[in-house]
Amino acid sequence: MSSWARYVGAGIVAVVLAHAAAGAAEKPKMGLGRQALPEEIAAWDIDVKPDGSGLPPGRGTVKQGEEIYLARCASCHGEFGQGAGRWPALAGGQGSLKADRPNKTIGSFWPAAAPLFDYTRRTMPWGNARSLTADETYAVVAFLLNLNDIVADDFELNEKNLASTRMPNAAGFFADDRETSERQFWNRKPCMKNCRGTPHITGRAGDANLTPDTKSGPKVE
Amino acid sequence: MRANRLSDRITRRGLFSAAAVASAGIAIPRRAVAADAKPDPVITEVQDWQRVLGDGVDKRPYGAPSKFEQHVIRRHVSWLTAAPESAANFTPLHELDGIITPSGLCFERHHSGIAEIDPTKHRLMINGLVEKPLVFTMDDIRRMPRTSRICFLECAANTGMEWRGAQLNGCQFTHGMIHNVMYTGVPLKVLLEEAGLRRNAKWLMLEGGDAAGMNRSLPVEKALNDVMLAFAMNGEALRPEQGYPLRAVVPGWEGNLWVKWLRRIEVGDKPWAAREETARYTDLLADGRARQYTFVMDAKSVVTNPSPQAPLKYRGRNVLSGFAWSGRGAIKRVDVSLDGGRNWKTARLDQPVLDKSMTRFYLDFDWNGEELLLQSRAMDSSGYVQPGKSELRRIRGINSVYHNNAIQTWLVRGNGEAENVELG
Repeated sequence: MSSWARYVGAGIVAVVLAHAAAGAAEKPKMGLGRQALPEEIAAWDIDVKPDGSGLPPGRGTVKQGEEIYLARCASCHGEFGQGAGRWPALAGGQGSLKADRPNKTIGSFWPAAAPLFDYTRRTMPWGNARSLTADETYAVVAFLLNLNDIVADDFELNEKNLASTRMPNAAGFFADDRETSERQFWNRKPCMKNCRGTPHITGRAGDANLTPDTKSGPKVE
Repeated sequence: MRANRLSDRITRRGLFSAAAVASAGIAIPRRAVAADAKPDPVITEVQDWQRVLGDGVDKRPYGAPSKFEQHVIRRHVSWLTAAPESAANFTPLHELDGIITPSGLCFERHHSGIAEIDPTKHRLMINGLVEKPLVFTMDDIRRMPRTSRICFLECAANTGMEWRGAQLNGCQFTHGMIHNVMYTGVPLKVLLEEAGLRRNAKWLMLEGGDAAGMNRSLPVEKALNDVMLAFAMNGEALRPEQGYPLRAVVPGWEGNLWVKWLRRIEVGDKPWAAREETARYTDLLADGRARQYTFVMDAKSVVTNPSPQAPLKYRGRNVLSGFAWSGRGAIKRVDVSLDGGRNWKTARLDQPVLDKSMTRFYLDFDWNGEELLLQSRAMDSSGYVQPGKSELRRIRGINSVYHNNAIQTWLVRGNGEAENVELG
């Protein structure tokens, strides 16, 4: 049997057996891929879980973070985290979630602190991601928490105290419940005739004047 | 006589008869040749393309649409986002037909621009709660059992600008963060079984290889059910802007989970509460609390023709067309109203009607220049009926940003122009 045929054959057998033995600990393998080396996992495994696992060793103070933030973050997010243009605000807005125009920031909305490290490390500074050291990332996160009045001015953040930092909106989230809270949208018999009174137009997109020019004026023939 | 059959029915309802007056300028179809009719020169005169040679075979080694279709493009709303590298654009739904979105028209949403990845340098790592952490090359993945499937990808924020009222004038802008593609790839189950899930494996984290490294949590149950890692779309390699060389396909679930440029899957026991599933892609309700992990896209539909970018041009016979889709199954029925939801007719579903795929509906109708208020209402195989705007707002408020699947209304005026409107 050629090696090609062996691979294909092994693949088919593996899939058939995998389906037959679903749930079993040991399954026949295709023999594709190779074991990830510890150095490779260390290089790529940058995520941080809400309980803080995955955080690298390191530390940074609010004061150190302020310097880094002003140099590398403030041009988009504003000197005080208030945002600039369409770039998101990072601070403020606490107590605004029920308001007509909520201001969703780290302090007003984020439920956990550790994901802040996760996001900053993987994505920021925008356009130069992965350029902050672990210590610098701790420092920036410490400053962001301080901007939101969550930690004091002299706070030093590290891998031990980040996950236990209590966020103001920690209790503000709940799992998708649409199938119960929106049960009314299921299994109803849609009305087909005389379903409502005469409709009145209450709003028009033309008045909002937000649509890009589509050059789609009607060509009436 | 025949041309006015349906519009007669509409006007007999007495709703729009006054509007028919405002129809000046619309062509009235001629059934017989008029006495003063002149021959059509594109028939009587030999045209250039009938005389001279056109391009030879290798002039267009990768074909492109006709130059007369240059207006059919994705479009961006610049005021929505801070920079084009962290933005979205919109599929021109009103220019499509059938159910497949051409690859070059599929809306884009990037968090840090389009990663341009050499496939020979792309790796997929699976680590965490597995028997053996593994690294795969693209060649490894292409040697695995392969499957194809047509399904829709809808951004959770599609129609998100419309929560407070009618804002954008065109279905491309109100509903265009969706596309429907045939993907080819490997069931994620195959790769997870190769690594061997540990007993406490309950959640996965999918992570992109771009400069955002975007990460989302996905329940293992869904991953083992129907998630696919795709390397092809519509018969060819993924487009760079759609995650070349490898992306997740998560049928029926919000687009943000379909991580592009997929480089790593970590297996865990709990969700990660990543930025994109806390600060973003959560649904803030009026009481100040937010729904989280709202993965499924509810049943939804929109009339694409006529619509603000696709006005009616003729009286008489016309084709009303649109799309319906549901993350909970197949579309069972679509009703269309021409009078703002007072009366409804069941539209014709065009084949194929597939599970978690966009479905095409048609209503052939005659129009006599009367004002129309067009709506469509989708029903899916789970029994879900697409809600009206006020019904949805009563439960969700107006600040949830995501998952707006309410019924859309287009006003069509006597001159054929259409506008996005809200009804009271």
